[in-house]
Amino acid sequence: MDILFEFFSLQDPNIRYVLAGTILLGISAGALGCFAILRRRALVGDAVAHAILPGVCLAFIVAGGKDPFMLIAGAFVFGLLSMVTMDFITRNSRIAPDASIGMVLSVFFGLGVVLLTFIQSTGHIDQSGLDDFLFGQAASMIGDDVLVFGGLSLLILVIIVITFKELKLISFDPSFAQSIGYPVKRMEFLLALLMVMTITAGIQAVGVVLMASMLIIPAAAARYWTDSLRVMLLIAAGVGAFSGITGSFISYTAPAMPTGPWMVVSTAFIFFLSFLLAPGRGEIARYIQKKRLSYKVASENILKTLYAMEEEDGRTDRLRPLQELRKRRHLTKSRMKKVISTLLNKKLIAYYAGTPDGYVLTADGRREAKRLVRVHRLWEKYLNQHLQIAEDHVHDDAESMEHLITSEIEAELRKSLGSPELDPHLSKIPYDSEDDPEPKKGGSLP
Amino acid sequence: MITSTGWIIITGILAATSCALVGTFLVLRKMSLMGDAISHAVLPGIVIAFLITASRNTFPMLIGAGIVGLFTVWLTEQLSKKGRIFHDASMGIVFTTLFAIGVILISLYAGNVDIDQECVLYGEIAYVPWDLWIWQGTNMGPRPVWILGLVLIMNITFITLMYKELKTYSFSPQLAATLGMPVGLIHYGLMGSVSFTTIASFESVGAILVVALLIVPPATAYLLTDRLHRLLLLAAFFGITSAVGGYYLALWINSSIAGAIAVFAGIQFALVFLLAPKYGLIGRKIRQQIRYKSPKDAILSQEPTLP
Repeated sequence: MDILFEFFSLQDPNIRYVLAGTILLGISAGALGCFAILRRRALVGDAVAHAILPGVCLAFIVAGGKDPFMLIAGAFVFGLLSMVTMDFITRNSRIAPDASIGMVLSVFFGLGVVLLTFIQSTGHIDQSGLDDFLFGQAASMIGDDVLVFGGLSLLILVIIVITFKELKLISFDPSFAQSIGYPVKRMEFLLALLMVMTITAGIQAVGVVLMASMLIIPAAAARYWTDSLRVMLLIAAGVGAFSGITGSFISYTAPAMPTGPWMVVSTAFIFFLSFLLAPGRGEIARYIQKKRLSYKVASENILKTLYAMEEEDGRTDRLRPLQELRKRRHLTKSRMKKVISTLLNKKLIAYYAGTPDGYVLTADGRREAKRLVRVHRLWEKYLNQHLQIAEDHVHDDAESMEHLITSEIEAELRKSLGSPELDPHLSKIPYDSEDDPEPKKGGSLP
Repeated sequence: MITSTGWIIITGILAATSCALVGTFLVLRKMSLMGDAISHAVLPGIVIAFLITASRNTFPMLIGAGIVGLFTVWLTEQLSKKGRIFHDASMGIVFTTLFAIGVILISLYAGNVDIDQECVLYGEIAYVPWDLWIWQGTNMGPRPVWILGLVLIMNITFITLMYKELKTYSFSPQLAATLGMPVGLIHYGLMGSVSFTTIASFESVGAILVVALLIVPPATAYLLTDRLHRLLLLAAFFGITSAVGGYYLALWINSSIAGAIAVFAGIQFALVFLLAPKYGLIGRKIRQQIRYKSPKDAILSQEPTLP
């Protein structure tokens, strides 16, 4: 607890620097990652991140030690080189993109390892801190590093904000962008540059091995919460910042721990929460929606069954016992009970005691049942007439569509079919007649 | 008696051959990055097997890694289906997270676990000759050689028994399914082989350089032939040459052997990429020139190619 307080009181200027650096990095990686995953370049980022290792090592050899500017230059050059190589291989041979990504990733990284061991074996270069670039070590950043890496992240953010509209366009529809005269090739190159810059900015904090996940995971998590790119960018940036804080905190409390893995695990945790909890797209929300739909289908089917019985014997006043309903609709006892009580509550059916006791449609219920049967038969007619599907093949499709057709679609169907009398099976299509009672509010199902 | 140099080269050759054989199918199936994903994701499996058995016992490790490998494949597929995200992104999420957990576990139990972060990344093939398997008092030679040999035999058996199925499956899973082949079994069987191969090679060449052995030799061979059996043999050949060439390269510049193997494989690919008769860069450019001169020949010279 003390250490938590000590960390977040920001008394130590070093903590302030490190924190500022990692948060900025998290923000820029998160935001740029949105474009990377939307353009399906997620694993290209992985390859570029691995491929900058030889650049880092060469920078060490040339500078004779750790120099932030040389590091960035080296990483940048190799990042770009790896991108060009991947592109060149896929364009000029029959090697598929995935294989060329894998090759560039492993061969460049192999070169990096060779250089790394070469530096270690020669020994005359100050090699302390070189290992930190594998898995990141936020705590080892000192004043200058933070300024340079943080500055780079800030620059990336500024470029994203300025070119937001163009980046958005080429992420969703490059052909359209091309057709209205945008310089798509140049924009794609800019995006590639930004990606290399982001990865370069991340080497100190996250390390080359896990950098790609800082591009992928926050953006993927943000995708669950929104359909708007702008909001997605903001959420991803927030997730990135959070992971920056977690990573630098752990790196501060346990210096033996590399920062990168913790940043990854903390974003993965947020991703998992988003996957479960996000409204609309999350697993739980979708599960509830599914349950709700299946409940709606079950209750609508009961209404239809009652209506079908009325159609058969032409009696709207006869009570229909529960057993008979269960004979036609195979629901479990408890589910049937629940559905019936919902329908009773909504006053779509009514219960009367008698011998035998049973249920009957109310006026509202009958109208709703009629509507269901109507859209069912209209849909059958539509499939049969416009899509030339044989009449013995249209029932099953209509059985599911009847629960989904809205009043607008119904109106369209009637317009295109001209309100026909009979469906393909020659059953009468029931329309609301003039003498039906006025619909009351709240009569329809959710 | 085999010298330590001999043992290192034998280990390299065994790992390279195993990887090349299963890697061929990954490359053909356009699933190369699944190899990358599995090789990263097995790390927590290895560490946990380590912690439970408190030794470098091979079979728990093979089983642990096999389970985690298949779990990775399954989780990636589920996440991209259920979570509705692109397959590549879901793969990226799954394997980086599992790998990160593995690295954290290593850092936490650094005292108990006999592997470190660097070994994870680039293996310790140089120590192979001293990692001996003593069985009932007899020195049976280096342990990794036995494991890799076993995995190689497993892979060869798998490929020989399922050759026709694998062949159909790698060119068209739909066709294989139509012909009534057990596509799910082939898919997961292949992924299982990739997991075992990865884990067995892992100790020697590390997580990332396994990818080099899995992908680069088959991709190199893919530029030279259109026939599956030749592709497998050539891939194995290029794997072996990179293992041997990489060893001497490492000796020459005094560096990590695994890194040098990857670099050597890369150089080989670059040469074939330039010079391959049919699919090489130079050959294609020349043929393009000729094609401009006589359109009739160009059409006649077009041969049906693999997808």
